[in-house]
Amino acid sequence: MILDLDLVQIIHIVLPILIVVASILAVVLKDLLAAAIAVAAMSLLLSLEFYILQAPDVAIAEAGIGACLTTAILIIAIRGTKRMEEDA
Amino acid sequence: MSGMSKIVKTISSITFPFVFIYGLYVIAHGHLTPGGGFQGGAIVASGCAMILVAYGSVWTMGKIKEKNLSILESLGGFCFILLAFLGLGFGTGFFNNLFVGNEFLFGETPKFNSVAANFNTAGVIPLMNFAVGLKVIAGLFAIVLVMAYASSIREDEK
Repeated sequence: MILDLDLVQIIHIVLPILIVVASILAVVLKDLLAAAIAVAAMSLLLSLEFYILQAPDVAIAEAGIGACLTTAILIIAIRGTKRMEEDA
Repeated sequence: MSGMSKIVKTISSITFPFVFIYGLYVIAHGHLTPGGGFQGGAIVASGCAMILVAYGSVWTMGKIKEKNLSILESLGGFCFILLAFLGLGFGTGFFNNLFVGNEFLFGETPKFNSVAANFNTAGVIPLMNFAVGLKVIAGLFAIVLVMAYASSIREDEK
């Protein structure tokens, strides 16, 4: 087999692809609540990537701020305004 | 927002002490393990945001006012910069670690080649971690609390 990869290398390939997919979903989706969830998923995957790049300090900060508090603030803001994005 | 159902309230009440203790653990072990004041404060503020979502912003605003959170945040920043200036006044310079090597709190020097982590080390750094943790908890929770309270007022006006 040409590509002789172990598990960590496979994770290093799969996780950035998932991060890009989640980011594209966050931009494309018209439902802003789903877009906020996509941002949260992107942040969680990014913290996992930081962890396997041996930066657990940054991973804790990213999981706490990005995946939890930012999502809470975004959802509160969506509740105060409209849920669906209007066509420009 | 008048709070969620009784199941959500009960579960978040059970879960909140564990989140709180874990955040305090991350703050207190900032000089030994990954994490520190900012990370642990973010974890505790996340737990407080969970309580806020479960019980509603009006109830939480009745328990703790945003002005008190602002005072706590200023107290954390003041303690941090006071410790830094203590290093300037009694030591050699700004942010000088003047508590290292003393007899009481956080003063021990770890032995050479020691593997086990000694909590009672690092001088002024754990105290600065506590100050930063207090500032981050109060600041982040104040942001979420004010935001939820303002949007609930807007809901009542509709």
